[in-house]
Amino acid sequence: MSLTAVKTPNRMPDLGRVAAVDEVGVDERVARFQSRSIKKASKVEALKMVLGMIDLTTLEGQDTPGKVRQLCQKAIHLHDAMPGLPHVAAVCVYPTMVGIAKEALQGHDINIASVATAFPSGMSSREVKLDETRMAVAAGATEIDMVISRGAFLAGQYAHVFDEIVAVKEACGDARLKVILETGELGTLDRVRSASVLAMHAGADFIKTSTGKIQPAATMQVTLVMLQAIKDYYRETGRMVGMKPAGGISNAKLAVHYLVMLRETLGAAWMTPEWFRFGASSLANDALMQLMKQSTGVYQSADYFSKD
Amino acid sequence: MAIPENKLAFDGGWNYAPAPESTDHIVVKKRYGLFINGDFRAPEKGRYFDTLNPANEEKLSRVAMASQTDVDKAVKAARKAYTGPWSRMKAKERGKYIFRIARMIQERAREFAVIESLDGGKPIRESRDVDVPLAAAHFFYYAGWADKLEYAFPGRKAKALGVAGQVIPWNFPLLMASWKIAPALACGNTVVLKPAETTPLTALKLAEVIADAGLPDGVVNIVTGAGDTGAAIVTHPGVDKVAFTGSTNVGRIIQKALAGTNKKYTLELGGKAANIIFADAAIDQAVEGIVNGIFFNQGHVCCAGSRLLVQESVADEVIEKLKDRMETLIVGDPLDKNTDIGAINSRMQLEKIESYLKIGQSEGGEMHQSSCSLPKSGYWCRPTIFTGVSQSSRVVQEEIFGPVLAIQTFRTYDEALTKANNTPYGLSGGVWTDKGSKIFKMTQGIRAGVIWANTFNKFDPTSPFGGYKESGMGREGGLHGLGAYVKLEA
Amino acid sequence: MAAAEKRLPVAKTYKIFIGGKFPRTESGRYFALEDHKGAVIANMCRSSRKDFRNSVVAARQAQSGWAAASAYLRGQIIYRIAEILEGRKAQFVEELMLQGNALRAAEREVEESIDRLIYYAGWADKYQQLFSAVNPVNSSHFNFSVLEPTGVVSMIAPNDSGLIGLVSNIASVIVGGNTCIVLASEEQPLCAVSFAEVLQASDVPSGVVNILTGFRSELTEQFASHMDVNAVVYCDGGKKAARTIQTLAADNIKRVISRQRVNWMLSKSASPYEIRDTQEVKTTWHPIGT
Repeated sequence: MSLTAVKTPNRMPDLGRVAAVDEVGVDERVARFQSRSIKKASKVEALKMVLGMIDLTTLEGQDTPGKVRQLCQKAIHLHDAMPGLPHVAAVCVYPTMVGIAKEALQGHDINIASVATAFPSGMSSREVKLDETRMAVAAGATEIDMVISRGAFLAGQYAHVFDEIVAVKEACGDARLKVILETGELGTLDRVRSASVLAMHAGADFIKTSTGKIQPAATMQVTLVMLQAIKDYYRETGRMVGMKPAGGISNAKLAVHYLVMLRETLGAAWMTPEWFRFGASSLANDALMQLMKQSTGVYQSADYFSKD
Repeated sequence: MAIPENKLAFDGGWNYAPAPESTDHIVVKKRYGLFINGDFRAPEKGRYFDTLNPANEEKLSRVAMASQTDVDKAVKAARKAYTGPWSRMKAKERGKYIFRIARMIQERAREFAVIESLDGGKPIRESRDVDVPLAAAHFFYYAGWADKLEYAFPGRKAKALGVAGQVIPWNFPLLMASWKIAPALACGNTVVLKPAETTPLTALKLAEVIADAGLPDGVVNIVTGAGDTGAAIVTHPGVDKVAFTGSTNVGRIIQKALAGTNKKYTLELGGKAANIIFADAAIDQAVEGIVNGIFFNQGHVCCAGSRLLVQESVADEVIEKLKDRMETLIVGDPLDKNTDIGAINSRMQLEKIESYLKIGQSEGGEMHQSSCSLPKSGYWCRPTIFTGVSQSSRVVQEEIFGPVLAIQTFRTYDEALTKANNTPYGLSGGVWTDKGSKIFKMTQGIRAGVIWANTFNKFDPTSPFGGYKESGMGREGGLHGLGAYVKLEA
Repeated sequence: MAAAEKRLPVAKTYKIFIGGKFPRTESGRYFALEDHKGAVIANMCRSSRKDFRNSVVAARQAQSGWAAASAYLRGQIIYRIAEILEGRKAQFVEELMLQGNALRAAEREVEESIDRLIYYAGWADKYQQLFSAVNPVNSSHFNFSVLEPTGVVSMIAPNDSGLIGLVSNIASVIVGGNTCIVLASEEQPLCAVSFAEVLQASDVPSGVVNILTGFRSELTEQFASHMDVNAVVYCDGGKKAARTIQTLAADNIKRVISRQRVNWMLSKSASPYEIRDTQEVKTTWHPIGT
C-alpha cells in the first residue's frame, strides 16, 4: 500500500503570525482527555485501531538483519492466537536495513518506513541527507521519517530548515514524508507550533514528535499542539497532514487517550493509519494483553506474548 | 480572511461506550430528619418533601421541611454550643476538629461525589475531580486559621460573632456548604445552615461526617427546607451573622429584611461575566476557556463567562472553533464518567432557560446548538450560542443560568472594557491575550471581584471570591474571607 | 503450667537518615548513649563530614521539587507526619523516658510535637498571604513581592530537647519549601532517628529532611562552612561556637539564624516568623498598558 504523496506548492509561512500557545491551558485540555473512560466495545475498537496504527520500530546501532527479520515477523504475526487482528501500519528501520525489511515483508501490505537525514541528530550536510533519502527510497522505503535541523531552527534560520524539508520531499519521490520536529529539543509549545506550521508548508505528509532517542519524547501536550496546527493548516489549504507521536507511549491506556485526543480535535477523517501513527515497539504487546483481558476477563502476563 | 469550507466531522466512527460510575457502595436513607444539636430529629410539623434525580426525575429520598419552630431549635442549639463548649475551647483544638472534617471528606470522597451528581445533576467527573476535592481543601485551609487569627488582622483582636445563619444554592451544594461552614467555625462561630431545596443530600451527609468527627453538639446544625425556612433563618433574632449565596433578587430581599438589625451579612449573588478574547490570545486555549466558562456545570455558575466579547479580526475563527468544540461535548447521564454536561437542576430552571432561548430568538439573535443526542427523560439543554445580539438584548443583559452563551464582537480595547462594565453585575470577568501589560491594564479596568486572565473558573481556598455591584458584597476564601466571620476590637 | 520463659527483645540499631534511606555512618564510628545508671541504651552513629556532604547533595537534589510542590500539598504532607506521629506516640514516650524524662513530661512533649506539626501544616498555604505584598510603585507597573524558600538549610537542633525542639525547627523550615540537614541533640538523639522513620512513612519526599547523629564538636564547622548550604540554624551552643559558625558562614554569605534558650514547649515559640527566617523576598515588575 503506497499512498501517493500530495504535491503542494511551497511557500515560507509567516511565522510571526502563528498563534500563541498557553502551556497551562494545554495541560488542562490534556487532563480532560485523560479523564475519558473508554470501556467495553469502544475499548476493544480503540485497541484494535491502536494496533493498526503502530509503526513497529527498531532503530539501534546494534540492529542486524536477523533482528529486523524478527521484527517483520512480529509485524505480520502480532498474536496468531487471537484471530481478526489488524496488522501494524509499518515497520520503521535504518536505511541500511530497508532491503532486509522489504524482503521479509514480501507479499504483505505493510509500509516500510526508513529514517533518513542523519537521524537522529540531523547534523550533516545537505548532500549527505539527500543521498541517504534517495538510497532508502531506492531500497524500497515507502515512507521516509526525516529530522529537522533543530540547531538551525533554534538559531532562527527558518528558511534553511524550510528549504531542507522541501529538498528532502523532492528526493522522496512517491514515498510519503514524515518530518520529525524533535519536540523535546524545541523547548516551548510555541516553538512546537511554529515548527509544525513550517514543516507543513514545506510539504510534510506527516509531522512527527520525536526520534525517541532523547527525553522527553512524545507527550500528549506537544501532540495536542501539533494536532491543532494540522487543523488550522487544513482549514487554510484544504490539505490533510498526518500526525505521529513517537517514543514514550508504551502502554495501551495512554495510546487510547491519544485516540480520544485525536477524535475530539480532528475528528473521524484522521482516525485511520493513513493519517495517524504511533511510533512504538512495546506498545503492541500491551495492546494485545488488554485485548486478551477484554475477551477473557482476566489480567494477562507478558510471558504469553512474543517479544521479537 | 474567509474561512474555507474545509469542515471537520466529529460524529460517525468510534464512539465512547457508556462508562457508568458504580453506586452500589453509597448510602442514601429513605428519609432524613433535621440535624440539630448533634442528632437527626423529626421536623416539628412532620412535613417532608421529595428530592429528585434531575437526570431521570426519580425520587432519591425525602427530607424534612423545617418550620419556624425547628429553626428556632436550631438557633438555640447553636447559641448554646457557642456560649458553651465552642468558645471555651482552645483555638488549636477547634482547628483540629475542622481538620478532621477535611480528612473525612477525603476518605468518603467517592460517596460524596456520587450523591452530589445524583441529587444535583452535575457530571460525576466534575463532582469527583472538582467539587469534592475543593470542599475538603476549604475545610483544610480554614482549619489552619483557627489558632492563627492574631496574625490575620494587624492591630486588631479578632473575636467570633456568635451564630451564623447560612443559606446556600443548588449549583455546588457540598462546595458551597464548605465555603460557609469552614471559615465560620475557624473563627469560633457556630452555624445554622440551609441547603437548597433541590440539593439537600450532600449537606446531610456532611452532617453525618460532622457527627462522626465528634464536633460538640450544636456547633453545626443543618436544617432543610425551602424559601420560608431560609427566611426564618435569616431574620431570626438569635442569628448574629447572615451569609447568603443565590440570586440577586433574593439577595435584595434579604438585605431589605436585615435593614435596621445589627446583623452582619455577606451576599454572593448573580453575574453576567464578560469573557474577552483579544486577537493576540492563544486562540485554541481561549476557546477552551469559553467552554469552561459557560458550558461546564451546565452553566449553573454565578461567575460563568456568559458573555463572549471577541475581537472582530478573530471572531470567525473563534466561533468556528467553538462550534467544533461544542460538537465534542457529551450531554447525558451525570453518572457516566464521560459526560461533559449533565442534567439541568430542576424542571423550573429548564423552563427558565428555554424561555430565554425563545426570547433570544425573538430579539433577532441567531441561535446555534450542538447536535448531540439527549436522553429521553430528565431535564436537558444542549450547549447553545447566540450571535447577532448586542448590549441591549435581554440574553446579553440578564442572567440565564444555563449553558447559553451570548456572543458580541469588539474592535478596540476601550470598547471591550466599556461593554464588560456595562452591566449591573460585577462578579467576574475573563481576559485572553498573550500580552502581559494588557492583562494588567484590563484587570485594573474591569469592575468585578474576580478576574481570570488566560484561564477561567479557577477556584482555590486561598483565593478570595466575591462580587462588585449587584453581584454582592464580601469575599469568601483566603485571608480576606476571614473578615466576614469576626468582629475586630482595637 | 511450666514457668514462662523470658522473651529476649530485639535491640534496635539506630542509623542515620540521608536521602530517604537509613545508612550507617560511612566512618563506621559510634558513640554510646547511656542512661543515668551508665547502662548503654544504644550505639549511635558518630556521623562524619562525608555523611554531612552526602546529606547536602541529597537535600539539594530534593529542594527544587519540594519548593515546586503546591503549598496545599506541603501542608497535607506535614499534617500526615502528625497523623503518623500520633500513631507512634507510645514509642516516642518510651524513648524519651529512656533518655531520662519523666512519663508525664514525655507524654506532653510528644503531644505538643504532634500539635506543633499541625500548627505549621496550617501555615503552609497562608504565610505567603501575610508576608507578600503588591507594591503601589510610582509608575505604570504591576509590582509584587513574594517569599521564596532560601534553599538548603543546615540545622543544629537544640541539645536539651529530645523531640519538640527538633520537630518545631524542622517543620518551620520545610513548610516554606526548604530542605534541611539536621544534627540531632547529642544528649537525646533517639527520637530524632525514630522521627526519621515517621518522615519516611509520611509521603515526605526523599532528601527533604536528612538527620544525622554525632558530636557538635566535630560537625559544627561542616554545618557552617559548606558552600552549597544557603542558611544555617543553630540552637544553643556557647559564644565560641556562635562566633565560629558566624565566621564560617560568611564565606558564602549564608543566612545565620540563632535560636537560643528557647522553651520549645511554649506555643509562643512557634509563629510564622520562624518560617520567614528561611525565606527570601522576590519582587517582580510588569508594565500596565495596552
